[in-house]
Amino acid sequence: MIDLDDVDRSLLRALSLDGSLSAGELGRRFGLSQPAAWRRIRRLEEAGVIAGRRLDVDRTALGFGVTVFLGVKLATKGRVSLEDFERAVVAIPEVQVVQHVLGLFDYRLRVVARDIADFERVLRRRIMTLPGVGQVEANVLLTEERRPGPLG
Amino acid sequence: MQIDDTDRRILRHHLAEPALSRADLAERAGVTPATLWRRLERLAEGGVIKADRAVIDWRRLGYAVEVSLRFTLDKTNPRAFDEFIAAAREVPEVVGIETFLGRVDVRLNVIARDMAHYQEVYRTQILALPHISELEALMLIATIKETEGLPL
Repeated sequence: MIDLDDVDRSLLRALSLDGSLSAGELGRRFGLSQPAAWRRIRRLEEAGVIAGRRLDVDRTALGFGVTVFLGVKLATKGRVSLEDFERAVVAIPEVQVVQHVLGLFDYRLRVVARDIADFERVLRRRIMTLPGVGQVEANVLLTEERRPGPLG
Repeated sequence: MQIDDTDRRILRHHLAEPALSRADLAERAGVTPATLWRRLERLAEGGVIKADRAVIDWRRLGYAVEVSLRFTLDKTNPRAFDEFIAAAREVPEVVGIETFLGRVDVRLNVIARDMAHYQEVYRTQILALPHISELEALMLIATIKETEGLPL
């Protein structure tokens, strides 16, 4: 596991808000030379701490007004049924997130749709026809907020 | 804001692979680098692109446990949502806050170093949040798919 100092934590916090910041801009902000900032960012990337980039968009402006989280319980259990379900669910373009969880449900899915009628179509034609699918609970997303997490 | 097919093509590639360089993104979307720059500026100014963030892999920083906590709040108090969310923002281990329409009111994404740490966060910080009526936990086993991609 990688050890972080306060400067690393500041860099991570800044990049988790704006991943497009250059080493020069970050250096100026935290009192580092451009090469020193670049080396620190490179180290965080190589350690896998910075795992990539994520674009946050206004889905409604792009015509996807509805985001729904589904809790899915499988009707049949066993290794084969998990693999069949996962292979089929990841191929649905409206499904953005698939998480295998432990608890009341077996899977959590985030589904985007143009409107409620479109969501009903996705639910009936794509989700309810998945192999092994059992009980499904839907909650419509109203707001979401990402927090910086424990970065000091 | 008006969004045309070129915008949609750019966003489709950008959302699918947010870490692509600008040069590669321009090539994939079939536009010149100058057009790409202008379009991205316009989408950001219009609020369609809200943020471009670095993704932090918390496991690499020693946070091995991730739990989705689903809350039902006591809605007899009209301030329940606001007060609950304001208090949840103060918990460093909370990395995401979502509100819903459905059986679940609020979901918190909580990370912890291990089960002992999770238990401590749960007892001292989570159970201390105001206006909780019910809560249930889903423990993350694996993320099978995670994308901000939209079927544009």
